[in-house]
Amino acid sequence: MEQRATESTVIEFRDVAYTLPNHQRLLSRLNLQVKRGETLVLLGRSGSGKTTTLKLINRLLIPSAGDVLVNGSSTSKTDVIQLRRSIGYVIQEVGLFPHFTVEKNIGLVPRIEGWPADRIRGRVEELLQMVGLESKLGSRYPHELSGGQRQRVGVARALAADPAILLMDEPFGALDALTRDQLQREFLALQQRLNKTVVFVTHDLREALRLGSRIALMETGRLITVLPPEDFLQSTDPLASAYAQAFAEASVPAANRGTS
Amino acid sequence: MNLFHFILQNHEQVLELTLEHLWLVGISTLLAVLIGIPLGIVSARWPAWNRPVLGAANIIQTIPSLALFGFLLPVPWLGDRADRLAILALTLYALLPVIRNTYTGIRGVDPAVVEAGRGMGLTDLQLLLQVELPLSLSVILSGVRVAVVVSVGLATIAAAIGAGGLGEFIFRGLAMVNNQLILAGAIPAAILALSADFGLGWLERRLRPR
Repeated sequence: MEQRATESTVIEFRDVAYTLPNHQRLLSRLNLQVKRGETLVLLGRSGSGKTTTLKLINRLLIPSAGDVLVNGSSTSKTDVIQLRRSIGYVIQEVGLFPHFTVEKNIGLVPRIEGWPADRIRGRVEELLQMVGLESKLGSRYPHELSGGQRQRVGVARALAADPAILLMDEPFGALDALTRDQLQREFLALQQRLNKTVVFVTHDLREALRLGSRIALMETGRLITVLPPEDFLQSTDPLASAYAQAFAEASVPAANRGTS
Repeated sequence: MNLFHFILQNHEQVLELTLEHLWLVGISTLLAVLIGIPLGIVSARWPAWNRPVLGAANIIQTIPSLALFGFLLPVPWLGDRADRLAILALTLYALLPVIRNTYTGIRGVDPAVVEAGRGMGLTDLQLLLQVELPLSLSVILSGVRVAVVVSVGLATIAAAIGAGGLGEFIFRGLAMVNNQLILAGAIPAAILALSADFGLGWLERRLRPR
């Protein structure tokens, strides 16, 4: 699984471990590279360390050992505020600011970065359109939106300052199946257009297969394997095949199961 | 002579004592807000501060008010003027609800919102001013409301050390066994407390986040 960092490596984990103050180890000896323009999916159950891995990239967590590099430089030597502003971050709970309108939510990073007001307005307009929202929603407050609309605003907000990297932590996990399907489809279309480097956390193999350029499978704080989606279902790795089997069984209607 | 008559006849004095009372409560509340909100912020951000800060405010609250006035009387600059002393004592009593509600308010902000803000690259100060404080404003205000209502009542005792306010009537009435005089102090004080409670409650509801 050793890969050599190349010029196209945007994010790199070097022997990274993360341990809680109570000595509980959440992540051990992680080595992983994310390449420019790919969507790397971190797949695993809850507690497997995938969200921990994600938060080490924008330094919401600080590695206990090893080094995380973004664009070739260690995140420990980068100004953390600038680092985070250059990385879009989307979480499952969305975390929209309830006292800001949609417009203000999306325009927050540009505003604190000191963009002129008319440029922010133009950018917000463009982003609303990009994520498929009518511009009249800009003046609404988050509690006036549906779950799907809120998550679209979350994505728009993460894209506001046009970051090259996007971190997404189960962004569609709380949505109903139909809305999720639609947002996944739009994510693919958007990604084809924008070509961001995306790290995407999910526990859903179907989502991983659909969205990922590569799938990094994690379990109890370890990286088990990294595979392209087309190889995942055929993998001989025991954990990967356990996922594949659960996936295959889930797609068979209950009534047919006894006869197969 | 009934009460209404008395107040009417002495309206100038009633007004003067009411204004004195308001001044004692107003200045001490302002000081308590200026000191209490930063202390609340500090204890919300650095949990190690929480226990000592809230503990100290709690202990102050348990000192009987007359005793506190007595303790402070010999302090050099403070003891020179009764109103200084009263303001300090009232400030100390008002601290607890302000600190506690600031702490609770900030701690009560949705963790997802704070994490999103942090992840987007807000500095600690930006997070505090743009997210945490606006979202906890109504909780903080309800602490201020409690502080004001308690202060209005406590300030009547300040008359015991000669700091003025509506307590003057009450103490005079007690000394002269004159119920009308007592009521002439107590009723305006109650009206003050109720209107402060109502007004700040209204503001609090207006500021509550959706």
